[in-house]
Amino acid sequence: MITREVPLIFTAGAPGRTGYMPPASDVQEESVDTLIPAAYLRDEAPPLPELSELEVVRHFINLSRLNHAVDVGFYPLGSCTMKYNPKVNEAAAALPGFARIHPYQPEESVQGALAMMWHLGRYLCEISGLHAASLQPAAGAQGELAGLMVIKAYHEAQGAGQQRREVIVPDSAHGTNPASAAMCGYKVITVPSDSQGGMDLEALQAAVGPATAGLMLTNPNTLGLFDANIVEIARIVHEAGGLLYYDGANANAILGISRPGEMGFDVVHFNLHKTFSTPHGGGGPGAGPIVVCKELEPFLPVPVVVKKADDTYALDYDRPQSVGRVRSFYGNFGVLVRAYTYIRRLGPDGLKQVSETAVLHANYLLSKLKPYFDLPYDRVCMHEFVLSGKRQKAKGVRTLDIAKRMLDFGIHAPTVYFPLIVDEALMIEPTETETLETLDAFVEVMTTIAREVEENPEVVKEAPHHTPVGRLDETRAARQPNLRWRPS
Amino acid sequence: MYPVELRYTKEHEWVKVEDGNKVRVGITDFAQSELGDVVFVELPDLDLEVETGDNLAVVESVKAVSDIYAPISGIVAEVNDKLSDSPELVNQDPYGQGWIAILEIQDASQIGALLTAEQYEAYIEESK
Repeated sequence: MITREVPLIFTAGAPGRTGYMPPASDVQEESVDTLIPAAYLRDEAPPLPELSELEVVRHFINLSRLNHAVDVGFYPLGSCTMKYNPKVNEAAAALPGFARIHPYQPEESVQGALAMMWHLGRYLCEISGLHAASLQPAAGAQGELAGLMVIKAYHEAQGAGQQRREVIVPDSAHGTNPASAAMCGYKVITVPSDSQGGMDLEALQAAVGPATAGLMLTNPNTLGLFDANIVEIARIVHEAGGLLYYDGANANAILGISRPGEMGFDVVHFNLHKTFSTPHGGGGPGAGPIVVCKELEPFLPVPVVVKKADDTYALDYDRPQSVGRVRSFYGNFGVLVRAYTYIRRLGPDGLKQVSETAVLHANYLLSKLKPYFDLPYDRVCMHEFVLSGKRQKAKGVRTLDIAKRMLDFGIHAPTVYFPLIVDEALMIEPTETETLETLDAFVEVMTTIAREVEENPEVVKEAPHHTPVGRLDETRAARQPNLRWRPS
Repeated sequence: MYPVELRYTKEHEWVKVEDGNKVRVGITDFAQSELGDVVFVELPDLDLEVETGDNLAVVESVKAVSDIYAPISGIVAEVNDKLSDSPELVNQDPYGQGWIAILEIQDASQIGALLTAEQYEAYIEESK
């Protein structure tokens, strides 16, 4: 990491400096105002920076060195599954048969690409224990919306669209769950968690009824805890006539171990960019395929990749009950290739080992950090866990300060202040791809900070000390965002 | 910290009885300090009819987005438009200029069910 600010590119360079020397043109030059009517011409040239090639390269290389990425250091951002993205994924995505094709090419000329998509859909069905997939949604939240649209279309086809107007979410839900439900036109009903961090069954029983369209649930939930009542939860919702939606944000904990379809879920979305190791968080687009049970298959977005009787692949648009397209073309195709590569490379045993190791790592950190921080739900966790900075708050140090202090040690801060049901929350997800040495180094950093809070809280409250910039004015940035540079 | 002339809810709203059948509603000093710097307040529409516990407003801070619930059933008679441009009033003056809405209520007996300053303070201490 470099420890100084990189000046804006607009302030560098000098008039007339360029990074190219084109050969003399052998076509007669025309003045631009003879080619384009004056009304369409700018009054003056835009104030673009004028730089040499080397200046441009250095500018962007230096900017990139300010960035934190999993290729740079530990990134325990809870619920985001910032695992290492194997470079073989990139090699596969760069193959000309995947990288140099066009979405309008005839089907017979892209059979390999269609075969990859069909197989990826089948793998996601196998992993989830469900029946049919759509790879179109471009990210998790869009997968949620697409899944809810499918649920809505199903109820409408049953003639119950007018009655079933409510979607139930737990109070520990990802914020996208109620947001997606509201965007789909549903009324959101929130059900509290019980003392174990699971769903309160009595409250759920009271919440379901003829108005219930469905329940959205993450299992393990945002506390990193597996809700062992899931079969009972599914029974309660199904008996009321509702459907179950599985938010796959936390699927990294369950691969090859338990399947949402067998827990009773009807729709699942996977975040390929989390669970199946494709770059995200500024590193690239996401992908949020949905997988559904047999009864919901007719409502999936079109087109769906199908395998025909002669073993060739095609895009099927002839689905009269479909909710329609949710994205242009066929989803974020390059991301699909990477996820396919990851699944093929690991296979069923490898994927199971991914989850087992992710859960082991989280429990290792949990047991090491438990003496130093409060743990509101003290249970064996899954792939992540949530600490509370309550003890430190009593000393005048907030979780935000702890997060900032971690930056001084070259670690990306965990997710903070979420889930909302934990005061001063620190949500830590180490993932399976870190070494024991890295985990131990993280424990060392966290215990150091905990000690600083006791002995020298000012050093934490004034952190970060070693980053190019310190505390940014987040409030002003939110109240008066200034998103565009203008020449002064 | 907790003015005695106000009544409170466990969801950290305060209620002030105004003239006639009107009550002023806001969030407590404890609530604003927990939320951190408020960056946006979504105010209810005028004439909106709310029941106790319904969503009345949304307060967004640098940390989280929180629903503000109607402490009493009523109809929205007035909203604090100043918060659109100056959401920081919720932080700076939660019991004064940071008020959120005025409700016209039908059933004044509901006020009696709200917490007193003493009860609210005890509730905060207990949940710490």
